[in-house]
Amino acid sequence: MTGQMFVQHFFNALTLGSLYALIAIGYTMVYGILRLINFAHGEIFMLGAYFIFFAGSLFNLPWAVGAVISIVLCALCGIMVDKVAYKPLRDAPRISALISSIGMSFLIQNLAIVVFSGIPRPVVRPDFFVKIVVIKGVRILPLAVIVPVVCFVLVLGLLFIVYKTKPGLAMRAISKDIETTRLMGVSVNRIIALTFGLGSALAAASGIMWALRYPQIQPLMGFMPGIKAFIAAVVGGIGSIQGAVIGGLILGFVEIMTVAFFPELSGFKDAFAFILLIVILLAKPTGLMGEKIEEKV
Amino acid sequence: MMESKKTKKLFLNALLLVAVVGLLWWAPENLDGYKIQILNLIAIYSILGLSLNLIYGFTGMFSLGTAGFMCIGAYVSSLLILPEMQKDMIFILEPLNPILYGAHAPFVVAVLAGGVAAAIAGLVIGIPVLRLGGDYLGIATLGFAEIIRVVANNIPTITNGALGLKGIPAYANLWWNYGWMFFTLYVMYRLVNSNFGNALKAIRDDELAAKAMGINTFRYRVISFTVGSFFAGIGGALMASLLTTIDPKMFMVIMTYNVLMVVVAGGLGSLSGSVIGAVVVTVLLEWLRFVENPITLGSFEIPGVPGMRMVIFALSLIMIILYRPEGVMGTKELSWDGLFGLGKGGKDHE
Repeated sequence: MTGQMFVQHFFNALTLGSLYALIAIGYTMVYGILRLINFAHGEIFMLGAYFIFFAGSLFNLPWAVGAVISIVLCALCGIMVDKVAYKPLRDAPRISALISSIGMSFLIQNLAIVVFSGIPRPVVRPDFFVKIVVIKGVRILPLAVIVPVVCFVLVLGLLFIVYKTKPGLAMRAISKDIETTRLMGVSVNRIIALTFGLGSALAAASGIMWALRYPQIQPLMGFMPGIKAFIAAVVGGIGSIQGAVIGGLILGFVEIMTVAFFPELSGFKDAFAFILLIVILLAKPTGLMGEKIEEKV
Repeated sequence: MMESKKTKKLFLNALLLVAVVGLLWWAPENLDGYKIQILNLIAIYSILGLSLNLIYGFTGMFSLGTAGFMCIGAYVSSLLILPEMQKDMIFILEPLNPILYGAHAPFVVAVLAGGVAAAIAGLVIGIPVLRLGGDYLGIATLGFAEIIRVVANNIPTITNGALGLKGIPAYANLWWNYGWMFFTLYVMYRLVNSNFGNALKAIRDDELAAKAMGINTFRYRVISFTVGSFFAGIGGALMASLLTTIDPKMFMVIMTYNVLMVVVAGGLGSLSGSVIGAVVVTVLLEWLRFVENPITLGSFEIPGVPGMRMVIFALSLIMIILYRPEGVMGTKELSWDGLFGLGKGGKDHE
């Protein structure tokens, strides 16, 4: 492997890792607050890609406007998913909400097949993102730099919201003790809706950039990235935003580098994430940055 | 008094068995192939539902690995019943491993082998993974199922890769499927109503308390998981022979979701519920095909919408969990006393 190739793989891994990280944050935030794996999160990611696609192809909106609209719509979708499928089950056993989320993921996937048709669609990419720049023999897509930077900025923004604002304080309080927070006069349902909205917005941003990186969209595209991002969240330590970012990056690097160094294993690409998950769970059940889980007696 | 009640129950059970056997005699002559296929699928989904119910409904371990165990069972048993001529015909890209080429077994042994292979996989994955609790277990088993599928896709000398196996002998008729279903039901019934079953339920209801009572919770969980995997493998083996073709795509997570739907609709922790769930889900899945065909109402024609079936299916799953989370049966079992109680308008049995 030459140095140039390594740099190229490095950027690929960084891009993929950032995309996983953005989705993983949504899982980790919802899990932190509700102790719920939101299986429908991967579908929000898919919707993000579709919304910007239609904004461009049906309404001829400029790319940036389409991106904003897509993010807003996805945030609303995320809030709606919570309202319909999880809110009625807040007091039910957790497993009910989990099954409800599987149903929801299933529902959105199939609705997408009905509405958008199951045929994969090619995405038209603005030249700006894909005009290859050659630096010292390394061919780099501007996208490979833009994605990690956008990801970094979004994460900083999120950390600001979570650690420096009142709603962020409420979020952290709910994740510790939902009942006490309610007694303190916090409108818990509103904060939960905000969490879903923020997480979904990040997933949409990831979906939009994913469609630029892998320019073909189809209704089932959210499943694999969704599951892998969840794994990233678990690897990083579920409940921790920084952990989700670290987990996402690790996953991106494992996936790209294994295939780069052992091309004969490329068929097994999708299995690496799961092997990593099982290894991490066995070594450190709460993930790299996870808190210790106390057993309630 | 006690004695006569027991005799009555035995008599009624025998009567039910005769009725089912009669139905199995009658069906192939009088029903079309499509309806028979549905009856077959009901039996297989019952087996799969019972398997997941043991793991999830009775022991409280949320497992999403059913499709993976089915995949193992299906491939192992199919390779054992495929005739050599057929093996020559399907393994064109890469030849089949010579050991497997010569391997043959009668159907019943092949299905058992599928179950045993799945059980071994269940044991191997169970020992490390069952130390985890709750949702982590779900995601780890889901991951395991995906690994199995990816591996099946990439070992062409054993599984023929993405092309899958074709022309698997269609031994799995009504007799075999319902035979295995009653066997599964019997094993589960004995298991669940024994001391072992009580320990499982104790673990489900409160693991710490169970541990404090001196139950070796880990051991019980591993055994329950392994037995559940065994029957998932059996279900996969029967499914392969029923459909006569398998490929790795068949064992995607959606298969697990279907089985989960059977268990949730029927009732977690109810054996008869799983069977009822299997009937409901299989019939619903087939019956819903009508929404994808054009419907004519007088002079109106509603065009069929492809994919609508699964939308309604997913909606029903959400509706069930929102409005009747305990399913049709809850944790109750169908019993003769209960049925007669209904007839007399009496109170619910316990």
